[in-house]
Amino acid sequence: MRSHSSSQGFDHGIPSEITPEAVYRERRALMKMWASGAAGAALASWSQCSAWAQLDAPSRLRPWSAAARSSVPGAITMDRVTEFKDATSYNNFYEFGTDKADPARHAGKMKTSPWTIDVDGLVLKPRRFGLDELLKLSAMEERIYRLRCVEGWSMVIPWVGYSLAALLQRVQPMGNAKYVEFVTLADPATMPGVSSRVLDWPYVEGLRLDEALHPLTLLAFGMYGAVLPNQSGAPVRLVVPWKYGFKSSKSLVRIRLTDRLPATAWNKAAPHEYGFYSNVNPQVDHPRWSQASERRIGEDGLFSKKRKTLMFNGYEAQVGQLYAGMDLTQWF
Amino acid sequence: MKASAYPPSGWVDSVAAAKSAVFVLLLCPAAWLAWAALTDQLGANPAQALVRATGDWTMRMLCLVLALTPLRLIFRWPVLARWRRMVGVYTFFYATLHALSYSWFDMGFEWADVLKDIGKRPFILVGFASWLLLLALALTSFDRAVRWLGGRAWRRLHQAVYAVAVLVVVHFYWMRAAKNDLLEVAVYATLLALLLGWRVVRAWRARHS
Repeated sequence: MRSHSSSQGFDHGIPSEITPEAVYRERRALMKMWASGAAGAALASWSQCSAWAQLDAPSRLRPWSAAARSSVPGAITMDRVTEFKDATSYNNFYEFGTDKADPARHAGKMKTSPWTIDVDGLVLKPRRFGLDELLKLSAMEERIYRLRCVEGWSMVIPWVGYSLAALLQRVQPMGNAKYVEFVTLADPATMPGVSSRVLDWPYVEGLRLDEALHPLTLLAFGMYGAVLPNQSGAPVRLVVPWKYGFKSSKSLVRIRLTDRLPATAWNKAAPHEYGFYSNVNPQVDHPRWSQASERRIGEDGLFSKKRKTLMFNGYEAQVGQLYAGMDLTQWF
Repeated sequence: MKASAYPPSGWVDSVAAAKSAVFVLLLCPAAWLAWAALTDQLGANPAQALVRATGDWTMRMLCLVLALTPLRLIFRWPVLARWRRMVGVYTFFYATLHALSYSWFDMGFEWADVLKDIGKRPFILVGFASWLLLLALALTSFDRAVRWLGGRAWRRLHQAVYAVAVLVVVHFYWMRAAKNDLLEVAVYATLLALLLGWRVVRAWRARHS
């Protein structure tokens, strides 16, 4: 039912021909300001728009519209990119409520500046990183990843960021570090969902160290050429494209290396439904629904059949060897 | 016919008009959903929106139909008895839309997959069982079926709606259980428990007076 030619959706063309969303938005904002002749007012209303609250920081924004396409194998899928509107209005971010529209509605209140991430645990150089330092730590790349939600829908998102490995190498993991734990902000003052008991806050996720060091594991700061909207996990989040979406923690405040399997939020809430690994796997069903197929948001219309889900979300060639010899039904 | 005939013909007309109004009113959610689906107003995931919305409306219709008798007796409003079968059939109608949305938009009408799903997942089995019970009630909702069964057998058969009330709460609870997000489930469970509880108390009083 959805038209594919809407202004916000775009097919892959020649990369140089694509106007990055950020540039386009910035132009529109400038035009609006000039037209109204009231720059102050325009800026004020601009910053109230939650999805683009940080767009008044062009120093951060500009380099990203020129972020180089990643050369990491598998980092650029050729699938059609999901419309920006869908990617930023249909979200799971339970800190802001359980409805898909809640994050876009409430995330504007979250303060993303100043922001720091503590990187500690079993590392030789535990440190607190400020956002500005993180932004400069490695070259920004554009990566276009499939995103498969455990609920049976999927999107295709153009992220901006760099491999998490670049950050982990700075702190020098110790030999006995086996896992990496990721902690999301849990601020009851700005996150209305944190007062509910849907999950045990703060939201904790985890990866095995070799998964965390895999070049496809992305520390993302932006999407669609611009900074992350708050509802998408601003200012910095994890993206692990071969795992169900909930493994990709948003709004990170702490990264801890450990020798014990992290107690992750969804695994604690329902251990028989959400395993630690949660690799996308069409052969292992969720207890309450099949994982064999998925609906691509905005693309697979109401009446079209769902598409087949790919093993490791289509990243088997890149990550399959991480799980060689493992029984993926047992380690779901 | 004498002018003082009871009930006066104006009263009959307004009762019929009210019933027609209720009929149209209860059709509105389905009409809205169909329109929203055709004009792409159901958000990013219209399939899920339809499955959820039709399920929600089934619950609401069920609460409404079970509320009619208590309301009629408490507020002495006999006209509500005339709406009971209609609201009951609407409950079946929304349950059918719910089952169709799931079979069509979620399962692509792959009936083998649907059957497998029913066997594999208890919450879908419970939902399916509720729909089968509602089907039996809807099929016997015509005057001829009432006459054929006889009033007593018909009433006993239609008490199966109480079982449906319990089953749909279980269905909804199982669907939500893992998310620990049970407020809506609790609201419907409380409402249905009150409506069934009122009947239990009334039956107990009738036996002990």
